[in-house]
Amino acid sequence: MKLTLKIWREGGMYASGKLETYKVEADEHMSFLEMLDVLNQQLIEEKKDPVAFDHDCREGICGSCSMVINGQPHGPQKGTTACQLHMRSYKNGDTITIEPFRAKSFPVIKDLVVDRSAFDRIIQAGGYVSVNTGQAPDGNAIPIEGDTAGKAFDAATCIGCGACVAACPNGSAMLFTSAKVAHLGLLPQGKVEHEARSQKMVAQMDKEGFGMCSNVGACEAECPKEISLENIARLNRSYIASVFSSE
Amino acid sequence: MKLENKVPPGNLDEKWTKYKSTMNLVAPNNKRRIEVIVVGTGLAGASAAATLGELGYKVKAFTFHDSPRRAHSIAAQGGINAAKNYQNDGDSIYRLFYDTIKGGDYRSREANVHRLAEASTEIIDHCVAQGVPFAREYGGLLANRSFGGVQVSRTFYARGQTGQQLLIGAYQGLSRQIAKGTVTMYNRHEMLDLVKVDGKARGIIARNLLTGELERHAAHCVILATGGYGNVYYLSTNAMGSNVTAAWRAVKRGALMANPCMCQIHPTCIPVSGDYQSKLTLMSESLRNDGRVWVPKTVEDAKAIQEGRKTGLDIAEEDRDYYLERRYPAFGNLVPRDVASRAAKVACDEGKGVSKSGLAVYLDFSSAIQRYGQQEANSLGIQANAAKITELGTAVIEKKYGNLFQMYEKITGENPYVMSMKIYPAIHYVMGGLWVDYNLETNVPGLFALGEANFSDHGANRLGASALMQGLADGYFVIPYTIGQFLSGEIRTPEISNETAEFMAAEKETKERLEGLMNIKGNQSVESFHRRLGKIIWEYCGMSRNAEGLKKARQLVRELKAEFYKDVFIPGTIDEFNPELEKAVRVADFMELGELMTLDALERNESCGGHFREEFTTEEGEAKRDDDGYAFVSAWEWDDDNPTLHKEELVFENVELKTRSYK
Ligand SMILES: Cc1cc2nc3c(=O)[nH]c(=O)nc-3n(C[C@H](O)[C@H](O)[C@H](O)COP(=O)(O)OP(=O)(O)OC[C@H]3O[C@@H](n4cnc5c(N)ncnc54)[C@H](O)[C@@H]3O)c2cc1C
Ligand code: SF4
Ligand code: FES
Repeated sequence: MKLTLKIWREGGMYASGKLETYKVEADEHMSFLEMLDVLNQQLIEEKKDPVAFDHDCREGICGSCSMVINGQPHGPQKGTTACQLHMRSYKNGDTITIEPFRAKSFPVIKDLVVDRSAFDRIIQAGGYVSVNTGQAPDGNAIPIEGDTAGKAFDAATCIGCGACVAACPNGSAMLFTSAKVAHLGLLPQGKVEHEARSQKMVAQMDKEGFGMCSNVGACEAECPKEISLENIARLNRSYIASVFSSE
Repeated sequence: MKLENKVPPGNLDEKWTKYKSTMNLVAPNNKRRIEVIVVGTGLAGASAAATLGELGYKVKAFTFHDSPRRAHSIAAQGGINAAKNYQNDGDSIYRLFYDTIKGGDYRSREANVHRLAEASTEIIDHCVAQGVPFAREYGGLLANRSFGGVQVSRTFYARGQTGQQLLIGAYQGLSRQIAKGTVTMYNRHEMLDLVKVDGKARGIIARNLLTGELERHAAHCVILATGGYGNVYYLSTNAMGSNVTAAWRAVKRGALMANPCMCQIHPTCIPVSGDYQSKLTLMSESLRNDGRVWVPKTVEDAKAIQEGRKTGLDIAEEDRDYYLERRYPAFGNLVPRDVASRAAKVACDEGKGVSKSGLAVYLDFSSAIQRYGQQEANSLGIQANAAKITELGTAVIEKKYGNLFQMYEKITGENPYVMSMKIYPAIHYVMGGLWVDYNLETNVPGLFALGEANFSDHGANRLGASALMQGLADGYFVIPYTIGQFLSGEIRTPEISNETAEFMAAEKETKERLEGLMNIKGNQSVESFHRRLGKIIWEYCGMSRNAEGLKKARQLVRELKAEFYKDVFIPGTIDEFNPELEKAVRVADFMELGELMTLDALERNESCGGHFREEFTTEEGEAKRDDDGYAFVSAWEWDDDNPTLHKEELVFENVELKTRSYK
């Protein structure tokens, strides 16, 4: 199939960013990133600057790939990262616009590559259980009820990609942050620090310049791991409770 | 060079405990001044950096990823082994040790493997305490499954995302230390050289990938936890960025590379679909519990399928060859990875492959669907017709493997509930790596290697769910102790300066190397060289090897390398974010590693584990090991023309060497 691509170029020779148009010939069995590989091969053969994009696992688990495809973070397919998207979702003659994840807290590094280190700092603020190696009791010392374990797991499947932030009109990181708070807070091992953790992570999120959550719900719709908005509600409840109890 | 493995004396099951309690320690006031560099923050590196930080060392950790959470470890699906014996099915530390030694085809060190089995139980405890959401039974206790042809259920898992959940646990532990200031984290930094001072590893040259700037980082010692080199084959199940550069730079500075030809091929991956293919996707081994592997009995039928005139559905039951069941009646579809992979190659070499390229075999679930459907109907007490049985059986399969079937359909666009899945073997893991002694120290004093980057525990073949275990054992429970053996001798060493002649020289060499690559200004992309290299290594040093092919491959790789240095084209400049330059540096190192792999495979005149030499087989065509001639670890000292082989003899005091048989 013949495609027209409009790709955001920024950095290097593109001092201020702009959309550049390219033509590429793709096969329906290619993944979306393999289609970009073909374009880059073409650009290199023409001695031009290839398009930079983050990627690594190419199987939807590392959270590296981060592009907005025709207005949707990770493209049209529900519960699917850009790297898992295949060209059979497109047809001959289509025009596809590809842009980076945009948010105030995710500055563009080059083309489609953005800086998501703010997420690391949110985790550093408290997204862990304070246990040193060698201190743990036996793994079966505390049984965990199935429903709770399942909910914690669902929250733990977040891959830290940042699509939720890119999808949100406010650039809020609430879905990401609440997923971590829920994962750890639901488990007995993480309960002890739950309140302090919620406060510290939310404070860091604000410090990083992420926007406020106004319950738009776009994050959940675009999240490739289908992380539930319930986590945000849960965080709001515990955060409010913890702020009141500490005042 | 005499290789001292430093295995402590005593009975196998007491060595580690005794050694730990008599080891040299570093006092807390000294730890605060001692600096440790950890390169790589996958499972092995993140767990090591976090634990060393907790102990009070000053740690600097490096990753080329934008965050430690994205390391290749994240992709592991199946699970992690531990000798907990929670299922009361007769598991023990000794049994896990024995299975690992036997699975490795008797080419690993007994004492290391036993220590690994001992540490396995503590790993689970620690991960649970960190909040890793392992699968649980109804009663809330930890669940287990059996994995990779062993007879006990000792594998802990977290849906199909065990690696992700373990890595997030280690990443969070590391984040806690970063917040405390005990670990300084350098994201998007790639180590490009090792710096030695007076023979000891004292630092690295790293490139800041965002700015292109070279940085000199000094420390009292250096730990490499930089993962495996499976991407030398270009197509593998490894993440795109996985590479050998850190380890190879150490080799160029005198470290030894052990068993480089020992690579693991996983039998159930989604086959290559075209020339544009960038990587391969693993389908979990658990599928072989219910799937039956087959090809058509006749080449004519296979040809019809290859040309699109027929599909698998058109081949009648009696015209199908369930070749694993036929050749290995005792284990059938559950033979180990290496055996299943080679059998698929044999079938395709005979012209019986079932895809356009002829490089695929079928994995079929229709018998399982019928069997489960009938069982369901019986237990529901209903008289079901054929359609109902299929429906009931499909539901059971969906419950067991739903996410895998969905992933398959996403990638191939085919519905595996109706059409047999197509699979083919692919490179998945490397057993080879930097040579290390019992302390996980390489032959370069002060240089340690952990995780997939070392060779230590898996011999010639790794059992499923054992790499995660090894990475975490190395990082959480081994290196925090054994590093003291080296560092206790360094407490009087002042802060290492990064301004010495050695650092300056290494920085200069690295700069010149990068400029050299940029200045070639040829006509071919880095990627195109990498693909060609991969094809050579796969063809001659892949699933089966022979002397003639290996000699030819070495020559081909050398020619390709020469062409690379003449004609590669790298766009952009050195002083900027330049992913093509990053790849070029890695591919250059893969070329030399590839050459060494062919040499190592040629030198090893036996078939064992993942290394199958066509000349060394039994009458039935099965692998033939040579314990008298080759019960040693090959440890190579690099030289551009004539690498030297050193040998570490393997001594087996506790297990009897037996031939693996799955007939
Ligand atoms: C698809 C797949 C499924 C698997 N499933 C299982 C399973 O179920 N069970 C199991 O036990 N094993 C499994 N394995 C194997 C296992 O995942 C790996 O062996 C293991 O995770 C390797 O961990 P590591 O910490 O050694 O390296 P990695 O996780 O590869 O980490 C390497 C680190 O080094 C860094 N790095 C590398 N080079 C440099 C450099 N030059 N400079 C700076 N940083 C550098 C990287 O950024 C990264 O942080 C699987 C492997 C694959 C491919
Ligand atoms: S919540 Fe979803 S969209 Fe947001 S970072 Fe996690 S996986 Fe990505
Ligand atoms: S590349 Fe890893 S999630 Fe897309």
